[in-house]
Amino acid sequence: MKITQGQFSFLPDLTPAEIKLQIEYALNNGWAVAIEYTADPHPRNSFWSMWGNPMFDLRDPAGVMMELDSCLAEHSDKYVKVMAFDSKKGWESVRMSFMVNRPAFEPGFELVRQEGPGRELIYTIRSHATSRAPVPEQAL
Amino acid sequence: MNDAIPAEPKPATVDLEAFYQRSNIGDVIDALDRDLIGLIPVKTRIREVAALLLVESARRSMGLQAEPPSLHMCFTGNPGTGKTTVAQRMAEILNRLGYIRRNHVVTVSRDDLVGQYIGHTAPKTKEVLKKAMGGVLFIDEAYYLYRPENERDYGQEAIEILLQVMEDRRDDLVVILAGYKDRMDIFFKSNPGMASRIAHHIDFPDYAEEELFAIAQIMLTQMHYMFSEDAKDIFREYIGRRMRQPRFSNARSIRNALDRSRLRQANRLFAERSKPYDLVALQTITGADIRASRVFAETA
Repeated sequence: MKITQGQFSFLPDLTPAEIKLQIEYALNNGWAVAIEYTADPHPRNSFWSMWGNPMFDLRDPAGVMMELDSCLAEHSDKYVKVMAFDSKKGWESVRMSFMVNRPAFEPGFELVRQEGPGRELIYTIRSHATSRAPVPEQAL
Repeated sequence: MNDAIPAEPKPATVDLEAFYQRSNIGDVIDALDRDLIGLIPVKTRIREVAALLLVESARRSMGLQAEPPSLHMCFTGNPGTGKTTVAQRMAEILNRLGYIRRNHVVTVSRDDLVGQYIGHTAPKTKEVLKKAMGGVLFIDEAYYLYRPENERDYGQEAIEILLQVMEDRRDDLVVILAGYKDRMDIFFKSNPGMASRIAHHIDFPDYAEEELFAIAQIMLTQMHYMFSEDAKDIFREYIGRRMRQPRFSNARSIRNALDRSRLRQANRLFAERSKPYDLVALQTITGADIRASRVFAETA
């Protein structure tokens, strides 16, 4: 199951050259670019892990690409996204966010049913990626 | 190698003159000649690099592929010989030739690269490198990065990261190291990896007396001042005396001397503030303003 989130999600996956162009657009607007990754693609999971600090005061996308390469080298089996933060007054929020990497195999979601009061059923989804039983430390 | 040449036919000849015109590099080099006095070896090397890059782009247009040339540089010379000024110009030149994508220089010294505790240096150095990407990274007094007297010094770590990026990201970043000649030599001797990755070693010679006077004229014009007739000769004498004194640092000493002359000129005008002054009087530095200098008090 191909999970889509953020900008360009309706397009085929971006190539490195296209990613670079998007980052250049963000930098030309004076936005700080950040990289985040996660194993849990649940749409309500807003807490992705940060790959280093957001990169302020950059002028050229090459610096971000260097960080992105090293992030992908370590987390090639995870979801990775690139974000651009606008610090201008009145915005002070993320202006761009798009996925740049996904695992080779995406297990998708399972539907969880919960018995509510009366005969009501409460439905929710849970990512298969997080439903695996935890593995003991020494087995890793 | 034959399969590397693309099938589509290329023009048989290439017009270097057209490449030259398109790059506007002529303007940059003319400006360099105009604004920078002396510095013949520096200008020669900049011309050579410009020619190399121009021919390289012509070669590319004919389908000849080659690794981009390494343009990391080392500027050595005494204080005030224009190392920083030329580094700023270098970014503009390399940018016009399409070697670097942005016309910007990030100037750093040891403090910006080396951290204060374990694990602090790598992120700090990388941060600086990322900011400089696409342009020029100018490391002033680069020999402070390496402190042989302390084997646990974090400077070595910064050097290693620097070397790695200089090698891997050669088309994203040009590194320019600068410092005094003798100390730079010691630095390279203890860091052979650094020495071998820097293709261009440019030595900045000291200025001659006449060159320093020409520099003073340019500085004054930029600040909208001028010498009176007698001031010219006295300032020439001043330069001669100042050069023989200790701690002479070329153009920087000249700038300081001019700043102090401005101070004296302002005080002279202020002392007689009831008098009306015209535009010329406000701009003119007289012989007396220079003559009052400490340099003339000491017997040379």
